[in-house]
Amino acid sequence: MTTTAPAAASASDAPHTPPSAGGASSSSKGKKAPNALGRYIIVRFLLIIPTVFILVSMVFLLMRVIGDPITAALGGRLTADQLAERIHQAGYDRPVFVQYFEYLGQVFTGNFGNSITDGRPIVEILATYGPATFELAFYALTVALVVGIPLGMLAAYFRDRWPDAFLRIIAILWYATPVFFAGLLLKLVFSVWLGWLPVAGRASTRVELNLSSMENGTGIYLLDAIRIGNSAAVVDVLQHAVLPGIALGLLTAGVFLRLVRTNVIGTLSMDYIDAARSRGVSEFRLVRHHAFKPALIPIITVIGLQIAVLLGGAVLTETTFEWKGLGFQLTQYLTARDFVAVQGIVALLAVIVALTNFVVDIIAALIDPRVRY
Amino acid sequence: MTSLSSASVSPPKVAWWKRLPVVHQLRQSVGLQRGMLIAGLIIVGVFLLVAAFAPWLAPYGYSQLKDADGNFGAQQPPGGDHILGTTVGGYDVLSRVIWGAQTALLVIVVAVVLSIFLGIALGVISGYIGGWLDRVLVVIADAVYAFPSLLLAIVAAIIISGGQSNLWSGIFSAAVSITVVFIPQYFRVIRAETVRIKSEAYVESAKVVGTSSVRIMSRHVLRNATRSLPLIFTLNASEAIFTLAALGFLGFGIEPTSAAEWGYDLNKSLSDVTSGIWWTSVFPGSAIVLVVLGMTLVGESLNDLADPRLRTRKRASGTPAPAAETTVVPGGSIESAADIAHLEGRP
Repeated sequence: MTTTAPAAASASDAPHTPPSAGGASSSSKGKKAPNALGRYIIVRFLLIIPTVFILVSMVFLLMRVIGDPITAALGGRLTADQLAERIHQAGYDRPVFVQYFEYLGQVFTGNFGNSITDGRPIVEILATYGPATFELAFYALTVALVVGIPLGMLAAYFRDRWPDAFLRIIAILWYATPVFFAGLLLKLVFSVWLGWLPVAGRASTRVELNLSSMENGTGIYLLDAIRIGNSAAVVDVLQHAVLPGIALGLLTAGVFLRLVRTNVIGTLSMDYIDAARSRGVSEFRLVRHHAFKPALIPIITVIGLQIAVLLGGAVLTETTFEWKGLGFQLTQYLTARDFVAVQGIVALLAVIVALTNFVVDIIAALIDPRVRY
Repeated sequence: MTSLSSASVSPPKVAWWKRLPVVHQLRQSVGLQRGMLIAGLIIVGVFLLVAAFAPWLAPYGYSQLKDADGNFGAQQPPGGDHILGTTVGGYDVLSRVIWGAQTALLVIVVAVVLSIFLGIALGVISGYIGGWLDRVLVVIADAVYAFPSLLLAIVAAIIISGGQSNLWSGIFSAAVSITVVFIPQYFRVIRAETVRIKSEAYVESAKVVGTSSVRIMSRHVLRNATRSLPLIFTLNASEAIFTLAALGFLGFGIEPTSAAEWGYDLNKSLSDVTSGIWWTSVFPGSAIVLVVLGMTLVGESLNDLADPRLRTRKRASGTPAPAAETTVVPGGSIESAADIAHLEGRP
């Protein structure tokens, strides 16, 4: 259990120096190195269980504090008798802890219940809309890495000169703009005023019909369009992806820019850089090769943390661009006050975040042996 | 921060006001960093003034739909009586932007004060006492921290207000939703510091003398563990604005008749944008960007000034600048970053 502490500390604030405790313990286990990694993976995997358990329990108990979901969703529309009947049918009149254990058992077997407003199984909703959110998050992460990392290295190279100042102000501006406002501005300029790109949606109506009626489609439109082999559909899907991808991606790009800059500057002050410099290695090569690689580890850790931010941002971006994914659906259910559906979507997102953090921690451990403990 | 005992101050006596948190950093900064800090302070200052004097600055009330000449009308373009136009709901855009500053400030203050108190208290207690309590709290805080904060805030907002609200319950529910997200962050920072400080010699000596745990926690640990707080404060204040606006944007904010809220206005302007009506979204959105920009500039500068590797130093060697109390380097100014690495004994 205590092992979470160093991982948490190293992940929280762009770690300039790796946790010394981790370094010490790994060197003591240095003799049986192959086992150490395996053990780390198992321990780290087991740690997912309490995390997911806490999150699912928290969401369930908190949502039940406000009363039963049926009254919340249908309160004004049914008579008191009808409501009582529906509540009894669904079992919401039993003690909360009985419902809680039943819910845990259902979640364990992959059953999140049915939504109240349209009666669809939550699992089906997740399977239908999840791929869209995944696709959006993928575009955004691509934009963030492609824009953020090179600009961060550039800022470190020009440290304290005007390009650095300019880039830092850009990064702060990106950070300071809420995704939904960035989305609105992009829409206004590129869709309404210039007319270059579509206003909203994941694809034009015809392409969307084509793709969604496809047999064993992945739900990820870009993949499906490529599989059909219809180049016009691929272009259409990509055109729809540009603005949402940029709106959500720039938010994270600013974070990467600042992180790369800080870490490259940090490693530039180390002895081995001085040694390389005295051997006559050019300043550009120092930044590109010598200082960049050690700066990669915090970036990988932060990608893990950014997944949570991206999913939160996806809710807002999807609402702005009517991108029919989990976030868009979540807003719809929130407005309809269908809290069973909200609970299911939120719980699933929590599990996804926990799993990505696990994968990211494993990758970080593979790259840097000091991370293991 | 200001009430340092005289014994801990090094011989060159500095006037008390020069040792105040922000004033101190302002005097320490040079060049670009100084520019960023000053620009940030000015923006934040203007924001505070607008929020405080909103009733006198705004031409109309935040929920005012008509004046002596009749209804304002919906989606009027900027100009004439309404300098920034009117919204789809028929409100005056300028007035709502100005009143929105007041709402934002109230939410920030309530949220940050609540989370600082709870987060610090839990962090110090958990870090100092340790044992199973510490482990349980760390696992819970980590779980909450890993959770998408917006979703957490949505869940909190549903619980507190059931989704819709008047001024104070709206402000309070937004603030508590934000607090739930922030407590783990404060908790982690303060706990890590506490664990480090706990093993310092002065805490040991206090224990030997027989000082009570409560007194050690409040006097020795708390004072030293809270150095990084001004920085977290500025960062979280801007996150509070984001969360408030995002809740409003998703339709879980404050009703327009109870208070002006930028996120709500942006939500309502969503359909305007498609038809080319720009003034209903650009002005409230810019207000959010400006305020967050100001606070981030202050936070970034404080961060850089607190980190000796990132701090730009005065080039003139005439009078050495006094070292920050947050510096790990003992005394005077050091020119190259390599010197610092050497002094710190870091790898």
